Amino acid sequence: MEDLHLEFTVVPDDFTRAGEVSGKVKKTLKDLGFPPLVVRRTAIAMYEAEINMVIHANGGKITVTINPDVITVVFADSGPGIPDIGLAMQEGWSTASEEIRDMGFGAGMGLPNIKKSSDYMDVQTELGVGTTITIKIFTNP
Amino acid sequence: MNDKLHSVKLDKELCKGCTTCVKRCPMEAIRVRDKHAIIINERCIDCGECIRVCPHHAKKAVVDTLDVLKNFEYTIALPAPSLYGQFKGILSDRNVILTALKHIGFSTVFEVSAGAEAISTLTNREIRKSKENLPIISTACPTVVRIIRMRFPSLIPHLLDFRSPMEFTARWAKRLAQEETGLPLEKIGCIFISPCPAKATAVKLASNADHSAVDAVIAISEIYPKLRTAIKRVIVPEDLAVSGSPGMGWAVSGGECKAAAISDNLSADGMENVINILEALENEELPSVDFIELNACVGGCVGGVLTVENPFIARGRIKHLMKATAPVLRPDQCPIDDVNWDHSVEFDPSLRIDSNLSDAISLLAKIRDIESRLNGMDCGACGAPSCHALAEDIAKGFATEDQCIFIVREKLQGLLGQHENPDGTAEPAVAKEAESEEQA
Repeated sequence: MEDLHLEFTVVPDDFTRAGEVSGKVKKTLKDLGFPPLVVRRTAIAMYEAEINMVIHANGGKITVTINPDVITVVFADSGPGIPDIGLAMQEGWSTASEEIRDMGFGAGMGLPNIKKSSDYMDVQTELGVGTTITIKIFTNP
Repeated sequence: MNDKLHSVKLDKELCKGCTTCVKRCPMEAIRVRDKHAIIINERCIDCGECIRVCPHHAKKAVVDTLDVLKNFEYTIALPAPSLYGQFKGILSDRNVILTALKHIGFSTVFEVSAGAEAISTLTNREIRKSKENLPIISTACPTVVRIIRMRFPSLIPHLLDFRSPMEFTARWAKRLAQEETGLPLEKIGCIFISPCPAKATAVKLASNADHSAVDAVIAISEIYPKLRTAIKRVIVPEDLAVSGSPGMGWAVSGGECKAAAISDNLSADGMENVINILEALENEELPSVDFIELNACVGGCVGGVLTVENPFIARGRIKHLMKATAPVLRPDQCPIDDVNWDHSVEFDPSLRIDSNLSDAISLLAKIRDIESRLNGMDCGACGAPSCHALAEDIAKGFATEDQCIFIVREKLQGLLGQHENPDGTAEPAVAKEAESEEQA
């Protein structure tokens, strides 16, 4: 059996569509019959990362690779990059504008939540070039 | 227990095979095959949307008629609070409606709003002591419970494990009737007067209880004509009302939150909104609240598909009736304390495309491959709600690609050696088919 690959584009600054990709992937994982908690953890991590791309990164690409043992999601953007990854990993630290915080986003829980909901997270970032986040959720951790 | 029982059925004679219900079903549970709609039982959650939208009235709810009264020596009508909003001119004394219920054949009447109030008090207590399971999700709407069991299983721990007002009230009313009449239980019939088919299914399935205490379910629309006439003939109404105003408020979206006096709450109604809230809760993107009230029907139970009156008019009348009633809960009179489910509800995996994960992934690859050959218009002419649904049906062997009119058109054009017009248009295949049928 071959792995299943899904590819999506995230549109920047469109909050009406924020969460669309994670919603689609969540439905696919449910249709496939992944355990409810695996689906939920993937959905939470993906939603956070997708919102990050909408707010900070001018959108980007999300690639999902599915096999029975592990779900791998790669979020790749060509945004501004993260200046201090240590700070960004701290709960509550945020560079989001007042406007975005007023909409209920940008609470500084993005990266910490993604890490908490996944079994593996890797962040590659370069200022002015972009950020690639890879997460894995194992079916039987 | 047959978990696939439903209360929504199709009248084949009336069904024209149009795709109105197919498109509107929130569970994609309907297909048109051989010119008639069929309901895929595994996917149906009894929301009643197909009954609501069918232009030919071919979808029906399977509920009881007043004939069931003959089966019992003593009968108790359990009116859903939504019944009170159905009748013109009744804005202050609902005893007129309750008395008329006795006049059309019931031995007595016991208000479900009374049970709802007892549950409201217990809900408030439950939320005060809950820490981990917040927010708690109301379980009064059986359709909501059903969709959570199927589509949002990770939220099952949030469900309020309380009997519905209908079940709770039936137990209460039966206890009272036994004391009053001295009759054995089987001679006492509790008949729920229902705004929706989902409640009828809940009685048949009793998925969280060992058995249902409700013996029959009659639709509000079924007794409406008789009851309307009887109401006009009531001269001196009996004093049968037992609940305060908060229990009556359960008929309307938001009423359950109000009755339970939970300030940090959220209520949503209508299937689309319900699904959006459940998605958001699952993604942890909801603001923190203590209690979530969800109703499948727009406006709450007054919007039930088995009601007669417009839900917004009914809501207005209920507000009037509530003003005319004391705003007190009366749980102190309630002798029943076993409000909890007999057992918890379980994940219903009916939506999985295959029970084996590897097979499911292979099948999805096949579905996506088929879907890439369909034109993505989601026209519904094949009888499936979307191109993706048709692709899934084809991959599973329930349908063939020839059901897609665009694929058939391409094949025909290939056979006839025809090509598309230079401007890229072609004669619409649908019109062609219709013409040839007329000629035949």
